Amino acid sequence: MTEPVLRVQDLAVYFSSRTGSLFRREQRVLRAVDGISFDLNPGETLGIVGESGSGKSTLARAILGLLSPNRGRVLWMGEDLTRLEAEPMRQKRKELQIVFQDPVASLNPRMTAGTIIAEPLWTFYPQMESLQVEERTRGMMKMVGLLPNQINRYPHEFSGGQCQRIGIARSLVLNPKLLICDEPVSALDVSIQAQIINLLRDLQKKLGLALIFVAHDLSIVRHISDRVMVMYMGRSMEVAEKTALYRRPLHPYSRALMKSVLIPDPVRAREVKQEVWLKGDMPSPFSPPRGCIFHSRCPYQVPRCQADVPALRRMENGNWVACHRAEELDLSI
Amino acid sequence: MARMKMAGDALANDPFAAAFAAQDVQGRSLWIDAWHRLLKNRAAVASGITMFLMILAVVFGPMLSPWAPDFTDWDHTASPPSLVNGHWFGTDAVGRDILVRTLEGGRISLLVGLVATLVSLVIGVSYGSVAGYYGGVTDRMMMRIVDIIYALPFMFFVILLMVVFGRHIILIFVAIGAVNWLDMARIVRGQTLGLKNTEFVEAAQACGVSDKAIIVRHIVPNLLGVVMVYVTLTIPHVILVESFLSFLGLGVQEPMSSWGALVNDGAQDMESSPWTLIFPATFLAATLYCFNYIGDGMRDALDPKDRV
Amino acid sequence: MFLLEVKNLQVSFATPEGEVHAVNGIDFAVSAGETLAIVGESGSGKSQLVMAIMGLLAQNGRASGQALFKGEDLLQKTPRELNKVRGSQIAMIFQDPMTSLNPYLTVEQQMTEVVMYHQKLGRREALEHAVEMLRAVRIPDAEERIHQYPHEYSGGMRQRVMIAMSLLCEPDLLIADEPTTALDVTVQAQITNLIGELRKKTRMAMILITHDLAVVAGISDRILVMYAGQMVESGTVEDIFYRAHHPYTRGLLASVPRLDRDASDDLQTIPGNPPNLLALPGGCCFRDRCAQAQEICSQPPPMWRDERGHRSRCVLEMPDGRVENDPAGEAGSAAEESAP
Repeated sequence: MTEPVLRVQDLAVYFSSRTGSLFRREQRVLRAVDGISFDLNPGETLGIVGESGSGKSTLARAILGLLSPNRGRVLWMGEDLTRLEAEPMRQKRKELQIVFQDPVASLNPRMTAGTIIAEPLWTFYPQMESLQVEERTRGMMKMVGLLPNQINRYPHEFSGGQCQRIGIARSLVLNPKLLICDEPVSALDVSIQAQIINLLRDLQKKLGLALIFVAHDLSIVRHISDRVMVMYMGRSMEVAEKTALYRRPLHPYSRALMKSVLIPDPVRAREVKQEVWLKGDMPSPFSPPRGCIFHSRCPYQVPRCQADVPALRRMENGNWVACHRAEELDLSI
Repeated sequence: MARMKMAGDALANDPFAAAFAAQDVQGRSLWIDAWHRLLKNRAAVASGITMFLMILAVVFGPMLSPWAPDFTDWDHTASPPSLVNGHWFGTDAVGRDILVRTLEGGRISLLVGLVATLVSLVIGVSYGSVAGYYGGVTDRMMMRIVDIIYALPFMFFVILLMVVFGRHIILIFVAIGAVNWLDMARIVRGQTLGLKNTEFVEAAQACGVSDKAIIVRHIVPNLLGVVMVYVTLTIPHVILVESFLSFLGLGVQEPMSSWGALVNDGAQDMESSPWTLIFPATFLAATLYCFNYIGDGMRDALDPKDRV
Repeated sequence: MFLLEVKNLQVSFATPEGEVHAVNGIDFAVSAGETLAIVGESGSGKSQLVMAIMGLLAQNGRASGQALFKGEDLLQKTPRELNKVRGSQIAMIFQDPMTSLNPYLTVEQQMTEVVMYHQKLGRREALEHAVEMLRAVRIPDAEERIHQYPHEYSGGMRQRVMIAMSLLCEPDLLIADEPTTALDVTVQAQITNLIGELRKKTRMAMILITHDLAVVAGISDRILVMYAGQMVESGTVEDIFYRAHHPYTRGLLASVPRLDRDASDDLQTIPGNPPNLLALPGGCCFRDRCAQAQEICSQPPPMWRDERGHRSRCVLEMPDGRVENDPAGEAGSAAEESAP
């Protein structure tokens, strides 16, 4: 059994803000990520799904060291990234890369596509000949489906999907081993989303990348993930193999997410939906519910859910669930 | 059906091989867009042309004039403007030609304006971007220094310099430059604070780009727009400050002159020979107007509201 | 009579690079109580279409054609006349609720302002009416929450507030421009349900604009598919989803990820990028990206139409259809060569 390339252990990121007047200072703590653990094997894709406020973007940044975690470890190839000094961490960035959500905002509007993609090469290989750099840049552009003769164009001259391809090319130019995609298609039209997802899938196979794909929609993640983790308010609700999850989710929140996916079929979409799979709105992150963090919105909650925090535990079929009632509920879609 | 797969594959097919071999397409940077918009602003273009002619005049004019700036024409002291005797702008109390003095004075005024602004630009941008990017204690300390220098009374500082080093033209540059970079630093710091939270800066950090490279490649180019507008509005301010110093007698020494000094002299003879005041003052005012129009035009060009 | 009838609407923008034809001759009609969905990618012109109808085009935009609302052409009205119509008879909600609401005013102030302007109600009645609307869109504790500021609401709730605001004057027509695009999945489902309920409860007509076909499957009666400023297909919801004819529509349907289909294959895509409106290919605007493009597509394609009113602009033959207008005069011969 191969060793996981990435092990995240009990990672937590808290943000604090001070409110109140001069004489009554209050400290409010926002637990953006509150104890997340998972492993990632070489060549595997983990999908992380959660809505706004789930902490998934914060998690992505904490793994890459763009944010300092308050607790926990991030073991990359056995080395704890959270303990590294600034310069060794910077060197590690060759291996760990990220693709951002907003394709246009993640590109410097004053730089051409070519310079954007070449910048990582300048940073880590300053002795590389400019001809070599250009060759490699054009090669990357071809690999992500852009015409190399566009190399001198500026971001505002490209469409959203093409900008995202530039961002992907930039992140892959150093041959990283891990690519974290933070909602890479959320800002794109549905028809273009499919292109980018296919592209990432192909690149992953071709380059043998370990991939973490963050999204807010279970349907998007399905085509690209091997395993899926469902996050809610900074905690893990369920982690499962893809087929197992989609066939039968074990956590009420996973089920709610699945039920929320809109069906592009008029007859089925019009069927009267009587059941409520999600109650109310997300509570304020500054005052999270006690016990199971999801209980305030769960249609299946019982008194125990308000008192005890359910641990993430392994079920028979291999899914990990954080729910007291996982064994008894039948949540098939 | 093969073409239903991703675009990358489609591009690999033969019909598109020609596209690969095609010439590189020229990009159209945001600066060029802004430049075109600026050219549509008639006031700005007219001002630009006027300033260009002004600069030509002050650089070459004195060489072409039959009179030297310090030549005293005893036959025509304090004489009004006339085409007949060759003194198109008239002469001052000791018979020096006002036209050539105005042009020569313009050299000093414009030079001070441009050089002092350049100095403040370089210092202000470096200082402000570093303070804004690093934030925290570094930022606070750097900005407190700015606040302290800001609080120093300017006149006092200039007089101190004069007393210690004597009256030297270089001192004007130093005095003005030493004070002007403060505003620039504050503006640049403010812009940097906003820029450092953008996603493309985050992306650069994620790619391991060094702080220095981020400031130079990502932060500064994206605040140059605001900076340039501010520069075009600083130049007239600096020229005015120099004029004010000269007006008070703290500026350039005789026989060198600047517009401010000329205005000072002219003001004293205002009733008897108004032309000694009117011409230098007009040149000064025209320059200020022009830079202001150019500055406004640049601000509009760099911040378009009607883009589709 | 139709509530809104749009004839040959054209919208163009004067840009430094040339004239951009964002909308290139669109016809459609909406009856009272009907919901029309306008679907297309970014750049298809769908938003500019309704901006033109509402008189909200940018300064360099020009609209021509007719937009007859209750028989009167909106494009000919002055801004003052349009103000009377906007908000009271035609309401519009936009994509990002955060920027549509003024962050410095409470929800109460913003809602009562609308009511008082259009319906001349007093402050107290306006407030009651507003609270009632908030309840109708399921905002909990509406009487207290109405005094809060927009930033104290979540994204989904803000969108509900927008919907409530638009309903205040009981408009005849509601236009929603990408109402769920910026929202989370669960919230999207809730808002979609809400819109579905409104359809049933009121006689309001609606125009929904989106790039995501899945959003409108359950809540529209008819769909108009746009590409590069033109209509490429239109018909009832069933026509579009079950009997899609135009290759672009088929491509859009195929690229929606579905939970009920096999996940192992690549997602179907429409290759290429949205068109550059300054450099459209001649003939069929979609031919650069169409898997079934042929020689004949360099000519403007004919418009097919069947008895149910399902229309499609393509050389491929439509079963049960006849050619309505044929700019190239070649429809018959092309139909034999190609089979969809």
